Amino acid sequence: MRNNLIELKNCGVVRNQKWLVRGVSLKVSQGEIVTLIGPNGSGKSTTAKMCLNILKPDEGFNTIKNDIRISYVPQKISIDWSLPLRVIDFINLVIKHKNSEISDALNMTGIKHLIYEDVRNLSGGEFQRLLMARAIAKEPHFLVLDEPVQGVDYPGEIALYKTIQEFVKNINCGILLISHNLHVVMSQTDYVICLNGHVCCAGTPKTVIKDQEYIKLFGDSIDPALAFYEHNHDHEHLPDGSIDESKRV
Amino acid sequence: MFDDFIVRAFAAGIGLALITGPLGCFIVWRRLSYFGDTIAHSALLGVVIAYALNFNLIIAVFVVSCVLALSLLFLQRRTNLPDDALLGLLAHSVLAIGLVLLGILSFIRIDLMGLLFGDILSVNFTDLLFVWIGGGIVLIVLILIWRPLFAGTVNLELAKAEGLNPDLANAIFTLLIASVIAISIKIVGILLITGLLIIPAAASRNLSSSPIQMAILSSIIGVASVVLGIQTSMIWNTPTGPTILTITLGVFIATMLPLKKLIISKNKIKS
Repeated sequence: MRNNLIELKNCGVVRNQKWLVRGVSLKVSQGEIVTLIGPNGSGKSTTAKMCLNILKPDEGFNTIKNDIRISYVPQKISIDWSLPLRVIDFINLVIKHKNSEISDALNMTGIKHLIYEDVRNLSGGEFQRLLMARAIAKEPHFLVLDEPVQGVDYPGEIALYKTIQEFVKNINCGILLISHNLHVVMSQTDYVICLNGHVCCAGTPKTVIKDQEYIKLFGDSIDPALAFYEHNHDHEHLPDGSIDESKRV
Repeated sequence: MFDDFIVRAFAAGIGLALITGPLGCFIVWRRLSYFGDTIAHSALLGVVIAYALNFNLIIAVFVVSCVLALSLLFLQRRTNLPDDALLGLLAHSVLAIGLVLLGILSFIRIDLMGLLFGDILSVNFTDLLFVWIGGGIVLIVLILIWRPLFAGTVNLELAKAEGLNPDLANAIFTLLIASVIAISIKIVGILLITGLLIIPAAASRNLSSSPIQMAILSSIIGVASVVLGIQTSMIWNTPTGPTILTITLGVFIATMLPLKKLIISKNKIKS
């Protein structure tokens, strides 16, 4: 039996009489990568927040294993101008780390040279790497990445995904990864959940497609770190995200 | 040595500036400057109650400030009004209640000028104990809650997700502000305490590159301003509290001068 780090059972969050997301069940165990995909406003971040206990589900149950270290890479952070905050201060935000741990984490994400830089001087991509470095430095048991590569250039994106993979292998942590991209998910993903206000479909992704047509379409630069997830829709959505029962196959 | 009122004034002012430094940084970072002002407004009610019940002034002000701070937390959760509207509502209604109560209890005579601007030269030995012991406790508690409070200031959700308790830290922080305002009331008065919390922190921001540096520098600027302020006020025979604040403003203006840039550009030319 593998060790469940977190589990959602039929969870939902309601705000202003509207369900942001409903009926989500998922679990993440040690050494496993679970990916959430879906369009904007489909409830991916809300689901992640339930996994982190930032939001209490209004329906269903969320359980988080006791005494586990959790790292969270949120989708967006804005730092107030009044705060003098260097990269090193930001990494030490929740736990004070040893200098060696900090430089290792910054090395892994490729921003070691910025260690004493003010956080507000970082570019979007550099800041995203910093968020990742901070999460890694904690050596978490459970890591939540909410669109971790947004604003990162394409080669950087692949490198960061590789970093995540190496990292999982090394420390055997469970990962919940969020991506709004329906097609590109990591080949190492063990389980994919497609959300659109509810769980549309879920399952293991197919391994990399080495099809010539595929390479033609995306070019040779495509890396085995990225894989194609076949998304078989058995239903259609109405504009509000609910399922059109009349068209269900 | 505390027989001399000048020595007591220095001791009280320096003690207060040491606490308002780091606390003021959090007020600036969390955009709470109007909150300090609101609590300071409620102090009048505390003073009236203290006189009516013949109770210790500092404790009465502290209790009223705490009640006000907790009502704010309550209102934040129960209404959709923005914080500044809630603070305005609380500040002026509590001030009004204080004045009404003062009218009813016509036997009370309050030195309003003393309440508004404080009188650091009339600090007695008990006040001094409140400043140093109370202030010491405030500082220790602030150090204890520093991590969750600071992490929550940077990003509340991140702090919550990673197992800290920023909500508790925020509530405790609110009580710390209430205590500092209560402690400071006789020294700088209710109108000037917000200034002493914010101006040294603002000056320090201009020179600092890390949060801890800013907190420490803010204390140093506060202490220096108190020392200079008391001396200046004795030489020119000006009111002490306002003189101290004028000095902090001077320091703030000095920190705006492009000294840092000059040094950096010189170094760049060399290298």
